[in-house]
Amino acid sequence: MIKTFRNRRTALLYIVPALLLILFFVFLPIVLNLYNSLFRWNSFDAGRTFVGLKYYVRLFQDPVFLIALKNNSLYAIISLVFQVGGGLIIAAILEDKLIRRFQPFFRTVFFIPSVISIAVVGLLWQLLYNPEVGLVNGALKAIGQAEWGRSWLGDSEVAIYAVVAVSQWQYTGYMAMLFLIAMQKIPLEYYEAAMIDGASKIKTFFNITVPQIKEMLLVGSVITVIGAFKVFDEVYIMTFGGPGRSTEVLGTMLYRAAFRNDEMGYASTIGTVVFVITLVLSLIQMKLGKSGQEV
Amino acid sequence: MSQPAVKTKNLTELSPGGTHFGTKLKDRMFQAGVLVWFSLFALVIIYPMFWLVISGFKSNSDFFLNTWSLPEEWHWGNYISAWDAGIGHFFLNSVLVTVVSVLAVVVLGSMAAYGLSRFQFRGQNILLILILSGLMLAPQVSLIPLYKLLQGLGLYNTYWALILPYVAFQLPFSIFLMRSYFLSIPRELEESAIIDGCNSWKVYWHIIIPMGKPIIASCALLTGMNVWNEFMFALVFVEDSSLRTIPVGLMNLRSQLNTNFGIQLAGLAISALPMVIAYIIFQKQFVRGLTAGSVKG
Repeated sequence: MIKTFRNRRTALLYIVPALLLILFFVFLPIVLNLYNSLFRWNSFDAGRTFVGLKYYVRLFQDPVFLIALKNNSLYAIISLVFQVGGGLIIAAILEDKLIRRFQPFFRTVFFIPSVISIAVVGLLWQLLYNPEVGLVNGALKAIGQAEWGRSWLGDSEVAIYAVVAVSQWQYTGYMAMLFLIAMQKIPLEYYEAAMIDGASKIKTFFNITVPQIKEMLLVGSVITVIGAFKVFDEVYIMTFGGPGRSTEVLGTMLYRAAFRNDEMGYASTIGTVVFVITLVLSLIQMKLGKSGQEV
Repeated sequence: MSQPAVKTKNLTELSPGGTHFGTKLKDRMFQAGVLVWFSLFALVIIYPMFWLVISGFKSNSDFFLNTWSLPEEWHWGNYISAWDAGIGHFFLNSVLVTVVSVLAVVVLGSMAAYGLSRFQFRGQNILLILILSGLMLAPQVSLIPLYKLLQGLGLYNTYWALILPYVAFQLPFSIFLMRSYFLSIPRELEESAIIDGCNSWKVYWHIIIPMGKPIIASCALLTGMNVWNEFMFALVFVEDSSLRTIPVGLMNLRSQLNTNFGIQLAGLAISALPMVIAYIIFQKQFVRGLTAGSVKG
């Protein structure tokens, strides 16, 4: 090993600028958040009162917290079905030899929504869902099902599903792309062997494709679930938690507590819950990622 | 860790011969069914975007009366009005914030990745784990403390209130990607360069950077996309309309232009366009970066 690369001080010169930024703007806030959640304070008043774990007790008794948890979980489950399940099926079909020559076109198109900002997508879908001028009701009318039409984002029964649907529209193609790349690493011999054995497409899918991309499937699932608990932009833009509080998620609940109600301590408590949930899920993901490398 | 971008395998030699008429018919039906299904899905994705661009050309009455059809009269002026109503300003803010953030991430990230991939020193693993665990933290958790922190530093409501957190939050992932790639660069060249009297900075600048170009391009694109599209920090850390970036600016425009749908849609189209164009041109780099780390923005 060369001496130049053993000099610790030189090494730190390269690393420290990035490290300091990360420590100061990513890690320090996490610690501050935990501390902040133990006080009653607001944004324009310097004084703060120590309240201990009072806000945590309040949070777990807050009915909106239950709604938010339910909505985040709904987000996770629906996204698992459509983005992971649907993405997997789409990827497998795109890799089928009968479809493969159309693959470049479809994978490009399916992926496009994921590069557009959620703000644009959210505002666009808000118009598409508009009961008067929106294309969604228009399309239902065109297929003779006008009575299915409604104010999608204004009806507390369906609003959360309408919001979740937009995420499926945006990210299913992204997941399919991840799986496609994993599938292209499967050795061809496996498929040749299956073909010689006369295995059907469905059998080949379950016995070769799925086990071979197992790691990517698991990682994809965890990313999807983490994403579901970090949701903020689309809900803020399309419904801001309404109508009523029916589409509230942890992210919008935090924002509302902090910047509408100016209850910074309570908002920090919600931050801690998000922190714990995403941390646990991320640790699972890291573990899965590692086991993937060992295989 | 760096994976090849998607490629299409050539499998024709594997076709089962297709002597059997029954299988052939079944194959045809499968193919037709899938094509119908995928084309419908493609339509559901493309049409709203097409509608967005087209409706941006419509007058308001045209928009209400002929939701589905092409504009009766093409109002190019909508795009100009949207630009003048604020989009132009937000657009330039976004360009500024994105360019500075991307440059900072690429420079600081590649340096850190170089330090972590080439040097050997005590405490190296702890530093690596520390930086990579930044990947696990949800920005929401930092929202309130950062807001107070930026106020305390006097940075709140400036471009820096966006740039610094963006850089800090994008660095871990970029370092992760670049480090893996740098590790795969063969070391013979560096060793001979050092024997010839180069110092570590020259190795970084003349060997690592040129050879790491593919991954640096991917990191730049991903960072650019995430920063361009970021919404929550932009909403909270900046107050002045004159400093707003596009995603939040669009929200302002929505309330400001309440009923003028044509201009609003033109604004949305202008905002989405740079990323769609960048994706279509640099598809390979995009996909490499997104899949190498499997992290959604």
